[in-house]
Amino acid sequence: MSLRSPLRRVTGHGSAKGGVAHWYAQRVSAVALVLLGLWLVVSLATLGGASHARVVQWLSSPIASALAVLLVLTAAYHALLGLQVVVEDYVADKGTRVGVLLAIKFALAVAAVIGVLAVLRIAFGVAA
Amino acid sequence: MAQRARPLSPFLHYRWQYTNTLSILHRITGVLLSLGYLVLVYWLAAVAAGAERYRAAMDTLSSPLAQLVLLGAAFSFCYHLLNGVRHLFFDLGHGFERGTARASGWAVAIGALLLGVILWFAVRAGLGGAA
Repeated sequence: MSLRSPLRRVTGHGSAKGGVAHWYAQRVSAVALVLLGLWLVVSLATLGGASHARVVQWLSSPIASALAVLLVLTAAYHALLGLQVVVEDYVADKGTRVGVLLAIKFALAVAAVIGVLAVLRIAFGVAA
Repeated sequence: MAQRARPLSPFLHYRWQYTNTLSILHRITGVLLSLGYLVLVYWLAAVAAGAERYRAAMDTLSSPLAQLVLLGAAFSFCYHLLNGVRHLFFDLGHGFERGTARASGWAVAIGALLLGVILWFAVRAGLGGAA
């Protein structure tokens, strides 16, 4: 049994609506990014004056390329969730808000696809 | 007759203090890291595009302006990481006591400044002086 009144159900204005899933996804991706982020910066710091060949050698190992793909995807998702909250908090006009959110989604989707394709090209030895 | 004092909206009379400073910094560094994400993708694409394009990208990234941006990104990374972990503990119900929250806040701020500079130097060194 729902405690919400029929009017609330029709208008969709509950106290939190669907916020819990967003909130939880932000935390789950945050925990993943703690590990992936630390892996990235430690890897970059220990490349030892990296030439292009050295970077390719590092990124084309199965573990590094898998972690890099995970990082690219998780970071885009976490950024999307975070930027969405910021935009929803500070952009009052509904039309502008929807437009900005769409632009952010498209930009992050394009960036994530470019990032994943780049890692895959390196992993499969397409990068010269 | 003097008008009775009416309550003000919270943002008009809340004192500026460390809690909201740390909170807004978390948002600002998060937005900056979203831009840093684009730099990471640019770097990955440059690696995939071959040695020549990679060298050109590294030249771009070693300009003084780019280095300043990357220093900001390094600080943002450390701040957002440390304060993010602090908030994960809050989410689990720990660290709300006034003294603890204040101490962890200071640890985050000072730690991020120190680690940010160290990270910037370390990545510069790791990538051949050109971060």
